[in-house]
Amino acid sequence: MRKRTTIILMLLLLCSIVLFFFLNILLGSVHIPADEILGILTGTPSDSDIWNNIILKSRVPQALTAVMAGAGLAVSGLMMQTVFRNPLAGPSVLGISSGASLGVAFVVLLSGSIGGVALSKLGVIGEVTITMSAIIGSLLIMALIAFVARKVRGNVTLLIMGVMIGYIANAVIGVLKFFSAEEDIRAYVIWGLGSFARVSGNQTMVFIVLMLILLPMSFLLIKTLNLLLLGDSYARNLGLDIKRARLLVIACSGVLVAIVTAYCGPIVFLGLAVPHLCRGIFHTSNHFTILPASLLAGASLALLCNLIARMPGFEGALPVNSVTALVGAPVVLWVLFNKRKSDS
Amino acid sequence: MIEKTETIRVENLTTGYSGKHKVTAVTEGVTTSLYSGELTCLLGPNGAGKSTLLKTLSGFLPPLSGKIMIEGKDLQDYNDSELAKMIGVVLTERIAVTNMSVYELISMGRSPYTGFWGHLNQGDKEIVEEAIALVRIEDLRDRMVETLSDGERQKVMIAKALAQETPIIFLDEPTAFLDYPSKVEILRLLQNLSRIKRKTVFLSTHDLELALQIADKVWLIDKTHGVKTGTPEDLALAGYMSEYFEKEGVRFDLASGLFRIDNKLERKIRLEGDPVRNRLLQKAFARNGILADTDIECEDMIQSDENGYFFNGRKYGSIEALLKTIL
Repeated sequence: MRKRTTIILMLLLLCSIVLFFFLNILLGSVHIPADEILGILTGTPSDSDIWNNIILKSRVPQALTAVMAGAGLAVSGLMMQTVFRNPLAGPSVLGISSGASLGVAFVVLLSGSIGGVALSKLGVIGEVTITMSAIIGSLLIMALIAFVARKVRGNVTLLIMGVMIGYIANAVIGVLKFFSAEEDIRAYVIWGLGSFARVSGNQTMVFIVLMLILLPMSFLLIKTLNLLLLGDSYARNLGLDIKRARLLVIACSGVLVAIVTAYCGPIVFLGLAVPHLCRGIFHTSNHFTILPASLLAGASLALLCNLIARMPGFEGALPVNSVTALVGAPVVLWVLFNKRKSDS
Repeated sequence: MIEKTETIRVENLTTGYSGKHKVTAVTEGVTTSLYSGELTCLLGPNGAGKSTLLKTLSGFLPPLSGKIMIEGKDLQDYNDSELAKMIGVVLTERIAVTNMSVYELISMGRSPYTGFWGHLNQGDKEIVEEAIALVRIEDLRDRMVETLSDGERQKVMIAKALAQETPIIFLDEPTAFLDYPSKVEILRLLQNLSRIKRKTVFLSTHDLELALQIADKVWLIDKTHGVKTGTPEDLALAGYMSEYFEKEGVRFDLASGLFRIDNKLERKIRLEGDPVRNRLLQKAFARNGILADTDIECEDMIQSDENGYFFNGRKYGSIEALLKTIL
């Protein structure tokens, strides 16, 4: 009975992904008839080169990026919440996304004042540089956290240290901004708003392949994550090597955030909210269910947010970060309130 | 005669914490054993080192010196997963997980045996069912862990330890926060498990009286005297009970083997009549500093029968009314 409900809910999530995916491709500032789109997707190009380009070079990559980014952030948030046993933990909490921001800030803001070139004007090379600096920045912070995790006993201590490292990173960014040209600051701020559309062409492929490798790896940690739910002492008594487990989970989740942030900018909220949403819907904490559920729900929600950001009238100008919070927060609140009611 | 084998042997063990700058020994020079099929209680005042000892024996804390042999092998030589199959623990910390059913929690006890994905096979499921049946919590199976009462939660954690199929179970204050009937229920359950499943059950508790009635062996622990072990009766006869626990106002009554609150008795009164009522009267008077008994030479006398109590020619319907007059 329970099992069947779970499967049905999973299938519904999957359907919503397919639906939102096609809506993402169908809707946009340029109207393209549905039958033309179907033709383009199935290998018979339309007569209009513009339409071909919009679909294949813009809308499809953007939708795919949203799927991967949403899934990655949700899975990463779930892992963080489990390992820190803290419902407020999310991808941004350990300072990992701050690390990415710091990396980007260094490159974007300093390239102008030191090298005399505005990176924002450099096209693909600039794009790759930004991505690389974000990955390096966040991986450096993650290495620092992982190092600390081996020394520190308590989870709360580690969490607070992560938050502090995040503050330091933000402070450094503030100092960098102070010394930068206005144009560069603008480029940095736009990166900070988050977008599924910034990466283009081959870069999208790289991103998607990376995520396709990393996401399944998180599934290898299901048993470990379930044991971590019981708390360190019980988990250890059941044969889990706590320090190693903590390191693996933080590393896996950290790399996911690092890569998503590098390609899409710091997308807030999805990582924090989606796991709560899934626990509310599936009524379980078992990662065997909740991990794939978070992955699907994250992808679906990211597509929905991207869709809303591109609604007629906004014309792609609405930052994804605003939409994720505006759409997601009420949904989570609704789930939590409903849960309260059924509990009492 | 049921055979009891030594499962844990502790040799000259010193427990404590080693910090960066100094080593703090909590309990020194413990040499004793735990046996299968026995319920052993660790008794001692707050701060005596009960938790530290229990943590050290479970392998959470390295011993400062000495040896802990588990089934003939040094605790230090066990790796995490081997130890997980030897010792199951029930801790005082509340597990913070929400949205997990009792059944799921108990089946986590199978983790040391399940494969990479943690899936239960038919054999695992049977063992989980058996654990549920032994603790008699069939009706809790589908409840969410966060909705359980303290007593129910304790039983679920015991079932988890049973599903873990370890020959040894350690419990840190399993009766804390429970009402009296639940305390008795949990201890009876653990006693039964030591008998039926031949487990070595070792628990710390503050419930002296219950522990002394139900424990096969007792470990007494405090700062000044160290650790003494034996059957409760032997320890009582050797005078250790009073040594460890007697404070002002508490007295160990050797005749009953239990602790008594020691009231200073300044007045005397003689009792006659119904023996059951007299015993209760005796108790009520003792609380108020009056020694009351049938063989006391005294002019004040209370005659009791099923209608009430007679004192100085007047009848009192309740002990409360009687006390009001006498005091």
